[in-house]
Amino acid sequence: MKKYQLDLCVRDNIHIAEDAFMLEVTHSEPLPESEPGQFAELLVEGSNKTFLRRPISIHDYDRDGNIIRFLIRRVGPGTEKLSELKSSDTLNVILPLGNGFVFRNQSVQRPLLVGGGVGIAPLLFLGREMKACGIEPTFLFGGREKCNLLRMGEYSNLGRVFATTEDGSFGQKGFVTDHSLLEEEQFDYIFSCGPTPMMKAVAGFASEHGIGCQVSLEHRMACGIGACLCCVEETKSGNVCVCKDGPVFTTDKLLW
Amino acid sequence: MVSLETSIGSLKLANPVLTASGTFGYGTEYSDFMDVSKLGAVIVKGTTIKPREGNPYPRMAETPSGMLNAVGLQNKGADYFVKNIYPVVCKLGCPAIVNVSGSTIEDYVAVAEVMDSLDGIPAIELNISCPNVRQGGMAFGVNPCSAEEVVSAVRKAYHKTLIVKLSPNVTDITEIARAAESAGADAVSLINTLLGMAVDAERRRPVLSTVTGGLSGPAVKPVALRMVWQTAKAVSIPVIGIGGICSATDAIEFMLAGASAVEIGTANFIDPSVSAKVIDGMQAYLSRHGFNSVKEIIGALEV
Ligand SMILES: Cc1cc2nc3c(=O)[nH]c(=O)nc-3n(C[C@H](O)[C@H](O)[C@H](O)COP(=O)(O)OP(=O)(O)OC[C@H]3O[C@@H](n4cnc5c(N)ncnc54)[C@H](O)[C@@H]3O)c2cc1C
Ligand SMILES: Cc1cc2nc3c(=O)[nH]c(=O)nc-3n(C[C@H](O)[C@H](O)[C@H](O)COP(=O)(O)O)c2cc1C
Ligand code: FES
Repeated sequence: MKKYQLDLCVRDNIHIAEDAFMLEVTHSEPLPESEPGQFAELLVEGSNKTFLRRPISIHDYDRDGNIIRFLIRRVGPGTEKLSELKSSDTLNVILPLGNGFVFRNQSVQRPLLVGGGVGIAPLLFLGREMKACGIEPTFLFGGREKCNLLRMGEYSNLGRVFATTEDGSFGQKGFVTDHSLLEEEQFDYIFSCGPTPMMKAVAGFASEHGIGCQVSLEHRMACGIGACLCCVEETKSGNVCVCKDGPVFTTDKLLW
Repeated sequence: MVSLETSIGSLKLANPVLTASGTFGYGTEYSDFMDVSKLGAVIVKGTTIKPREGNPYPRMAETPSGMLNAVGLQNKGADYFVKNIYPVVCKLGCPAIVNVSGSTIEDYVAVAEVMDSLDGIPAIELNISCPNVRQGGMAFGVNPCSAEEVVSAVRKAYHKTLIVKLSPNVTDITEIARAAESAGADAVSLINTLLGMAVDAERRRPVLSTVTGGLSGPAVKPVALRMVWQTAKAVSIPVIGIGGICSATDAIEFMLAGASAVEIGTANFIDPSVSAKVIDGMQAYLSRHGFNSVKEIIGALEV
């Protein structure tokens, strides 16, 4: 897929929670075609505390409106600066990067999309594409507390949404892999993005039940295009670049 | 029209803007963003005789105005290069120079011999300055005797343009540059990364798996400029300037300090088309100042 470096126009920057925001960008020309699970490298301007671009997943891609949305958690100076962008500001972006989730040729009928924290971001775009293909996604989200579960309403437009919180303030108390849904229903494929311990637990569940599983890794990146070899994950076939060979991997390729 | 042509030994370059090893992949990674054929040359990733997996993740830490890396020369080895990468880099439309690395003199010579036999590779850059490998690498580049030894051995085996890449992690870089020159190098390139370190205070652990790594980016530019300036006065072979170049102005500063060409590294990560912009900006600078050729500004610093 051809990659582009574009000056995009910020359409809106919406406060979603105390530490999260949604950046909406658009362009005078049609935005490049992208797949769910692919990401962009955002240039952070005007910050003397950051140097490199910041990798952020494509949260939503609205072809009709020519809008891309990023769902971002403020964790440090780069995301802090991005949270200050205002409508009609310019945002330099490289996209689409990496390989996304693959579901079309997997004969997936009953997929479960498991997200943790801001790792739910790419699963909205994924769920939307699945629905457009006539596949109904089921979402299972985990967070520390209720306020970590973002944009639940959007997801529920696409499929059923289940949740766990560690403090029990929303959904069932515990981790995603503790949810009773996993006992009660059968799924034929799991797609997951979130903290590594969560994805490892999800991958373990999938392999115990003999179902396929794809996860999206979030390694530190410099170039984002496979040139610097900084973002490697050790796999059964040696070191691979998360930015170019991933960020989505089927878990049977990983050494988990 | 101003001429941007320059030369490194017998190697003629359409312009003095090259991309630095390890930051530009094999060139093809950047072809979506710019016309790679317009570059003076592409210097491809460090190549060793046998495949290397490199160091464990994490290999990168962001620092003020720069980054530390500890990639550790991950590459698939010389055989793989010949079969799979050589045919690709031959089609870049600009010269492809191979960065040659090793742990022993025999290793360096073996890779140099392979490259000598490839007609499409007009030059090699001998990396005696990698701070991220335990054996060899930088060890050869921090001592004039061992530098002279490895460069002499490679010189005997390699008949095209030989560039020797120098480490800044030394007391006096001009000593090493002179050793490379007397051993038969056609040019020296500098600097490789500066040895550095990053600490994660919250976790009370080093950020990099290797604890230390190589610093690059604008943070190293003043050090690199100083070393290029000193080296250009100390040797009579061409000097290639590297370190933190992000703009045409940066590149011109290096040429005024004595560089015959420049390499752009870390800046490619921030702007993947930066090197094309540097070429255009250099052209504009030369016209604005009434120069006919870029060669007129090499070492033209008035002190
Ligand atoms: C492919 C990919 C997709 C991503 N998608 C999203 C997304 O959709 N939304 C979102 O909010 N974030 C996403 N991230 C994470 C996001 O890139 C980082 O949170 C961001 O770069 C942090 O920048 P900062 O300057 O705010 O914080 P920094 O100061 O860089 O980091 C803050 C803290 O987080 C740690 N940290 C930062 N990046 C990483 C990492 N990659 N791995 C482990 N620890 C890290 C740092 O050590 C530090 O403690 C994604 C990352 C990748 C690689
Ligand atoms: C990720 C990374 C990988 C590198 N790999 C190599 C390498 O394989 N061989 C080499 O000689 N230099 C390597 N370098 C050093 C660069 O070529 C260059 O000398 C250095 O980064 C300084 O230039 P800059 O500040 O423009 O990046 C690497 C640098 C980076 C950042
Ligand atoms: S971030 Fe450079 S190779 Fe992945």
